[in-house]
Amino acid sequence: MPGGPAERPATRVRRDPGGPLLIEGPVEVELPDGSLVRSDRPVVALCMCGRSGIPPWCDTSHRGRRA
Amino acid sequence: MRPPQPRGEISAALIGALTTTSPGEGPLPAAGAADPYGDDLQLALYLCYELHYRGVAGVSDDWEWDPRLLRLRGELEKLFLTALRADVPTGAGAAAALEELVLEPRDGRGVSHFLCGSGELWQLREYAAHRSLYQLKEADPHAWMIPRLTGRAKAALVAVEYDEFGAGRAERVHARLFADLMRDLGLDDTYGRYLDAAPASTLATVNLMSLFGLHRALRGALAGHFATVESLSPPASRRLVRAMERLDAGPAAVRFYAEHVEADAVHEQLVRHDVVGDLLRREPGLAGDVEFGIAATRRLDERFEADLLAAWQARRSSLLIPLTD
Repeated sequence: MPGGPAERPATRVRRDPGGPLLIEGPVEVELPDGSLVRSDRPVVALCMCGRSGIPPWCDTSHRGRRA
Repeated sequence: MRPPQPRGEISAALIGALTTTSPGEGPLPAAGAADPYGDDLQLALYLCYELHYRGVAGVSDDWEWDPRLLRLRGELEKLFLTALRADVPTGAGAAAALEELVLEPRDGRGVSHFLCGSGELWQLREYAAHRSLYQLKEADPHAWMIPRLTGRAKAALVAVEYDEFGAGRAERVHARLFADLMRDLGLDDTYGRYLDAAPASTLATVNLMSLFGLHRALRGALAGHFATVESLSPPASRRLVRAMERLDAGPAAVRFYAEHVEADAVHEQLVRHDVVGDLLRREPGLAGDVEFGIAATRRLDERFEADLLAAWQARRSSLLIPLTD
């Protein structure tokens, strides 16, 4: 809307189909038990498949198998 | 790094020239018809390339750009590259090769599977000694790609490299984390310490990335190499974490591979989609080279791993000079 307040910069994330959510770091993730974990990587991959051995980060456990 | 022991006529003549003459003096060998994958050629090529990394103790830095040395290097490279182009299967296309990188084999039989399942500590230590040739300069050859990229591909590559080089923290540089791992395993973390112990199949894996890195014409192959390394690393690193834990290798040894599970899960995404994806949008003519880079990397890794597993199955050392405790 013209003359309105400047739009706040949005956080852009990207979803790899079948894979993780990529988000610019540093990132803090609040876990279900209320604790915080942090990653200082320039880009962070968050597990979306629920199979990661190092949640909330992706460890590529979502990958399919060769035919 | 100290000059290595020669492994044949070419490497002997090259080491002799580098250590006893100045650039522009005495004779240098010719590559002739050396075995492209053999010890003599691979060691000579490794030595030519090392002049571009950290140099060699007692050897003038000016050798790096000596025209006659560059001619020899070019002859060695031509033999190596011609053999690879003939031996490596391509044709399915870059997209299929990239997709295949993120599919797990149903019955993996590589070194990481072996070490995870039934490896012993002496085998873990040998693996680290082999890998030290690259890991102590981890991600260095891929930095040669930076000036050859623009835009999104460049930004993504540098983001990955920044992470590889510790994101501004010296103690987090991946090469440093590998040195920490080596000390946990009772190995000497001096750069180049295990060169004399490394067989040709180990040297070839490192020479491949130097070859791709030093030639702008091979930038597509280097991008394919990087995509391969970053994509295959997370599952293999997961297995190596388990091997290190099972064999009580020490906290730094576990940390190195744990870091690579997490970091390379990100790097794989950036390199495949942003570096290679954007490079091919700008230069679609490089698709064949990307595919070749992936295939050549996989072929040389398979040869390296097959040599290790064959030696271990025969209960002998996979190194030319067995480790002492």
